[in-house]
Amino acid sequence: MIRFLLSRFLQGIVVILAVITITFTLSQMVPGGAIRNERNVSEETKKAQEEYYGLNKPWIVRLGLTIKHYVTLDLPDSYHYKGRGVDEIIASGFPVSAAVGMAGLTIALLIGVPLGAIAALRPNTLEDRGSTLAATLGICTPSMVLGPLIAMLFGLKLRWFNVAGWFDSSDWVLPALTLGIIYSAYIARLTRGSLRETLAQEFIRTARAKGASEGSVVFLHAMKLASLPVLNFLGPAAAGLLTGSFIVETIFQLPGLGQFFIAAATNGDHQLTIAISTFYAALIVGFNLLVDILQALLNPRIRLQA
Amino acid sequence: MQWLVRIFFLLAALGGIAWFHDVRTHRPTRVQQANRDGILLLGNGTEPATLDPQLASGQPEHHIFHAIFEGLIAPLPENPDGDGPGAAATWTHEQFTTWTFRLQPEGKWSDGKQVTSADFLYAYQRILSPKLGADYANMLYPMLNAEAYHSGRLKDFSQVGVKALDDHTLQITLNGPAPYLPSMLKHYSWFPVPRHVVEKHGKMDDRGNTRWTRPANMVCNGPFKLKSWQVNQTVEVDRNPFYWDAAGVKLNGIVFLPIVSDTTEERAFLDGQLHVTLTMPLSKIPVYREAKSPFFHSDPLLSVYFYRFNVTKKPFDDPRVRRALALAVDRESITRNILRAGQKPATGLTPPGTVADYQTPDLMRFDPAAARKLLAEAGFPDGKGFPAFDILINTSEAHRALAEAVQAMWKQHLGIPARVLNQDWGVYLESQRKLDYQVCRAAWVGDYLDPSTFLAMWQTNDGNNNTGWSNARYDALINQSFREGDATKRLQTLNEAESLMLNEAPILPVYWYTHSYLMRPEVKGMLPSLLEHRSYKAVELKP
Repeated sequence: MIRFLLSRFLQGIVVILAVITITFTLSQMVPGGAIRNERNVSEETKKAQEEYYGLNKPWIVRLGLTIKHYVTLDLPDSYHYKGRGVDEIIASGFPVSAAVGMAGLTIALLIGVPLGAIAALRPNTLEDRGSTLAATLGICTPSMVLGPLIAMLFGLKLRWFNVAGWFDSSDWVLPALTLGIIYSAYIARLTRGSLRETLAQEFIRTARAKGASEGSVVFLHAMKLASLPVLNFLGPAAAGLLTGSFIVETIFQLPGLGQFFIAAATNGDHQLTIAISTFYAALIVGFNLLVDILQALLNPRIRLQA
Repeated sequence: MQWLVRIFFLLAALGGIAWFHDVRTHRPTRVQQANRDGILLLGNGTEPATLDPQLASGQPEHHIFHAIFEGLIAPLPENPDGDGPGAAATWTHEQFTTWTFRLQPEGKWSDGKQVTSADFLYAYQRILSPKLGADYANMLYPMLNAEAYHSGRLKDFSQVGVKALDDHTLQITLNGPAPYLPSMLKHYSWFPVPRHVVEKHGKMDDRGNTRWTRPANMVCNGPFKLKSWQVNQTVEVDRNPFYWDAAGVKLNGIVFLPIVSDTTEERAFLDGQLHVTLTMPLSKIPVYREAKSPFFHSDPLLSVYFYRFNVTKKPFDDPRVRRALALAVDRESITRNILRAGQKPATGLTPPGTVADYQTPDLMRFDPAAARKLLAEAGFPDGKGFPAFDILINTSEAHRALAEAVQAMWKQHLGIPARVLNQDWGVYLESQRKLDYQVCRAAWVGDYLDPSTFLAMWQTNDGNNNTGWSNARYDALINQSFREGDATKRLQTLNEAESLMLNEAPILPVYWYTHSYLMRPEVKGMLPSLLEHRSYKAVELKP
């Protein structure tokens, strides 16, 4: 177990260094540079800015400096948000994205797992068809359509919640609902498929033959194994949800990380792009490791090996 | 018995929803609350990149700076494009070249310290410091020796055309006569910064020294001062008790909300979260306009939408070809059928309203017959042999719709095959700068009320020319206008230059912008401005 963790940790570091290098290299290939003003700025200004941000150094030196920033955890300033460290920006945006993401994930599980379970337990009935239809609709509806619909219904029409902003304690509800509905659709599909497969297996028949009640067969025996594909999906999904969805954050005007990620790309703010990509990569590595451990705990057939 | 329990739970659930509905629908909207508190809620586009007026270069910052800073001249409360007393109480000039400003005797920073001429000297030295790398340093180039100092050729700042005659008298000497200096001084690049605060947090010319703009440290001289700044959420300002005209300020504060999406902004407005939006969805403009909505406003702006021709590439090196293309565009039809937000077809380059006596030459008209004739003279009768080319746009539905209309007009009237090519913002700017295009869309926003803000850029090798066009006579006329002391003659010279340029047509003006937005009726005193200047102290809320 310890060896497994250590080796995965080292692998994670390699992955993160690779992400930094690749993001840096890609950002160098983007035409346009860091100064993106429609108006011409004078040559002196351009020179001064290039010198300040070290853009006049050869790219290999800059790559080295970038990696050094992350190794020593002495993170650079954003190009666009003057005098603000990229860590300060992540620290301001992440809690918002994470709060909405966690709530969204909870909603997704609360809707998705029961919906999928009902469909699996009563295959080819009205309940199954209905839940399949709902899940398919959920998967097909992009958040840029669902978000405004939810905002209009619960915001403008019913006036239960604010349509935008991050001011009241209830402002997380509508964005979390949007994220939750969309992710619940995937979870429902995965739960249905894997639960049906599990229910057809030998050990379930054995459990039934033992005289175990239907409830304990489904919830104690089957669900434990059936949740593995869902867990697999949840690792990266959680990382994605926690770092914020740009679309949902824009629709509901949330000061989260997703908005900064896109703004960094459009502003040519490569420092911020690299920082958020790295942060995202670190989260994915972390969540995948967590999923591996949870899977080993749930399924004795899985052994963690380095 | 069980059905009784079920009905009980059902009723309880319905009752719960009804109670929730009642509570939620009776809470006051943010606007109602703000009306009581005298706070104005404004949509402001994107998160400001900085609140240091000497490092900024964007529109969201521009709107905030007018609340918390004040230049020598301020927008007039009754007409924001007019020139009213700001940090300077009075001013005089000699031949529009040497300007003397008497500062407000009661002019103070928000920490109670006096605003002196030394603060302006410091601010101008700071923005012109080569190391600071200020985007808008070149706004100060009309000042004597400012360019030389900024480029590092001149090391001694005392040679630059700005002097403190005493603590309360500032003298600015320009390269030549500029009647529009007062209008120019309302741009934030000319605003003062508090030396005692900037220096407390770092060096004068250090770009990273922005700690002084954080709410705990910030000191400013406008009618309002910075109260809080929550990244990507709000910038809040409240009354500055030390402002020289504090009694004339009507609002208790302003909240600027960075709302990127125009559809979200419109929803927030309808939900009672905003008094005024920054913009609105293009597709909704005709809806509000036709419904005669009391919220809908559409004001002319000092900006022009145009196409550049790359005159270094064949066949666009031939002025007849460029004229022909310009004559084949039906601007009336574009503004009426595609844009539909009250924009005006551009008959020339300079939008109306710069100076009362300036008549923009009326040269851009729709005349397909004349266009065909010119094109035939240039060797392309009925468009035969005309090479295929691209209209370059930055990625946006609106630019695409317009480009496709122009494409259809050129095809229909001239038989010329054009394609539409879109590029991402950064790439598109780079292509323009490197002259790596044939025809491309562009826009220009005037900085001050004078035709020269639209005309100076077409001089040979100007950093904003980006067409490769060069004309010795044009350069001479523009230079002459910068030396001409007589106001009437100056405008005549500029008019001659504009006519010459439009006849050569290195660019094809399409329309003059309008600013469409939503504003609640209780907001009074927020007046239209060609330069989008705001006199916030004149704004009040009368629900």
